[in-house]
Amino acid sequence: MPFVIAGRTFKSRLIVGTGKYSSHAVMAQAHAASGADMVTVAVRRVNISDRSKESLLDYIDDSIFLLPNTAGCYTADDAIRTARLGREAGLSNWVKLEVIGDERTLFPDNEALIEATRALVKEGFIVLPYTNDDPIACRKLEDAGAAAVMPLGAPIGSGLGIQNANNIRIIREFSKVPMIVDAGVGTASDAALAMELGADGVLMNTAIAGAEKPVAMAEAMKHAVIAGRLAYLSGRIPRKMYATASSPLEGVVGT
Amino acid sequence: MTITLNGERFELDSPLSVTALLTKLDIDPRRVAVEHNLNIIKRQTYPDVLIGEGDTVEIVNFVGGG
Repeated sequence: MPFVIAGRTFKSRLIVGTGKYSSHAVMAQAHAASGADMVTVAVRRVNISDRSKESLLDYIDDSIFLLPNTAGCYTADDAIRTARLGREAGLSNWVKLEVIGDERTLFPDNEALIEATRALVKEGFIVLPYTNDDPIACRKLEDAGAAAVMPLGAPIGSGLGIQNANNIRIIREFSKVPMIVDAGVGTASDAALAMELGADGVLMNTAIAGAEKPVAMAEAMKHAVIAGRLAYLSGRIPRKMYATASSPLEGVVGT
Repeated sequence: MTITLNGERFELDSPLSVTALLTKLDIDPRRVAVEHNLNIIKRQTYPDVLIGEGDTVEIVNFVGGG
């Protein structure tokens, strides 16, 4: 089944970031290894005094879709302003909407997030909001016109893995739009678990960029997302308290 | 004359267009977005929009992020 958001089809259910890499070259290799065809980028002031820095865009393959974020914004107004700038700097009207409510946890400010989603949808944006793992907040975002909901698995960059698996499962059940688990992944099993819970996709940055071997971890994440999706679709066996033998009980040699 | 460019004071000899400012700063216009006194400037109007005394200009681009 293809991965479709707002009418656009993606080959990969893994979405990756472009931050924190040791170099642009390593990032490009990790992107290739991940198989992702959508990556997030941040919108920041151009360095006026030092124009020597090479452009990030030179290291992102033309076939990869750019998703500008509003990272670092603490109010709906700042997020809306940043989204508009990202639209002008880029090639699409898509935005990964972040409105942060707290510096230490980087948890979203739900109220401002919903307000900004509503405003940007009215302006014609395709809004993918980064949100708490709260089914009611996700429902409100969907009602506000979000094209997907992106609950966190754990705090951004924490690598703690999915902290509230049941909420993720319930959000999937509640949502008519795609659900992408965004943030908190530490290793491949976290990504696989997100997909096994029914996520339509997983978005991560630090788990790959911060790994000792980012390119190898990117490949691991690619496989984890594919494996988790297949497992989700395959109907896992029920959990039982005691063993059930896999081999026949008859014809055992000896007794 | 003085403008505020990306949050810093910036001196210009005279008013100039967005296109001229980007050229002066050696910035590729295809890679950035420009905000002039809180209004986003459409790329096709860069030659026509004049930056004058006291104006606030933001020039942004994409950088790595998650």
